[in-house]
Amino acid sequence: MLKIYINGTLTEVEQASLGELIRHLRDDADAIATAINGEFVAYADRDKHTLSDRDRVDIVAPMAGG
Amino acid sequence: MMAIQFYDTQVNSRLLLGTAQYPSPKILADAISSSASEVVTVSLRRESGSDRTGQSFWELIKSAEVNVLPNTAGCKTVKEAVTTAQMAREIFSTPWIKLEVIGEDDTLQPDVFQLVEAADILCREGFQVFPYTTDDLVVAERLLSCGCELLMPWASPIGSGRGINDPYSLKTFRSHFGNVPLIVDAGIGLPSHAARVMEMGYDAVLLNTAVAKAGDPVAMAKAFAQAIQAGRTAFESQPIEAREMASPSTPVTGTPFWNSLES
Repeated sequence: MLKIYINGTLTEVEQASLGELIRHLRDDADAIATAINGEFVAYADRDKHTLSDRDRVDIVAPMAGG
Repeated sequence: MMAIQFYDTQVNSRLLLGTAQYPSPKILADAISSSASEVVTVSLRRESGSDRTGQSFWELIKSAEVNVLPNTAGCKTVKEAVTTAQMAREIFSTPWIKLEVIGEDDTLQPDVFQLVEAADILCREGFQVFPYTTDDLVVAERLLSCGCELLMPWASPIGSGRGINDPYSLKTFRSHFGNVPLIVDAGIGLPSHAARVMEMGYDAVLLNTAVAKAGDPVAMAKAFAQAIQAGRTAFESQPIEAREMASPSTPVTGTPFWNSLES
């Protein structure tokens, strides 16, 4: 088990890669964007990105803006 | 009224509309429609768990069939802004990015040093950058040198509704950057403010709060569209110069009793 921050909340996860984690959390993996430790991780690269303890994962979606 | 080009995209409306703070999604959709705007700004936020509000918002915007201009609102560092832009490009499938790097919380004034640095990185990565900046000419020159093809100076602080804080500086800015598309972004509160900057020769206006927080956002969106169109038409019609003294508009020669005291 890893402990990582998902959108700021410390969470225990079993998944080894960012791609696995996103598929576990959501069924709309192409509708969100991701970053790890402040660095953008493209959709196509999520499976290649292995998670490490204390990683900070950001998952963002569209919202209204000015 | 002539169309305007932002990078390689031509639009007819010179009003860019923000999508935040509306009373409801329907009012937002109706305001976009009544504004006739062809460009709306959008943003990103963290979304966890079962929350899917982002997707419903995005579906609403796609159904409006407008160009989207994602922003980097809330970013305070180069890294935050660049990462946000990269995420926005993937989600919204556009190279456009409204680049905001905020340097001061009370005025939401851009941190122009980090703004230039972020613009340089993003332009090199193929983004088409819409930089939210001040009316500082030197900063604006740096942004153009980075590869920005348009500029977005503020009129006054974001959401303040104060209109033009410094008319002299905005006039100078327009004069100095004669051929650069210029969009006044931030601080517009009334349609008359928007008309004024358009009369000064600005190419477009970006606003949000003045419409979204109005008592009737849909009607206000239309009022802004009309004011911006009127201001642009006035600019293209070459307004007269103001003068200190009166000048009769009715021809004096031939007026009954003219010079009668001399005869």
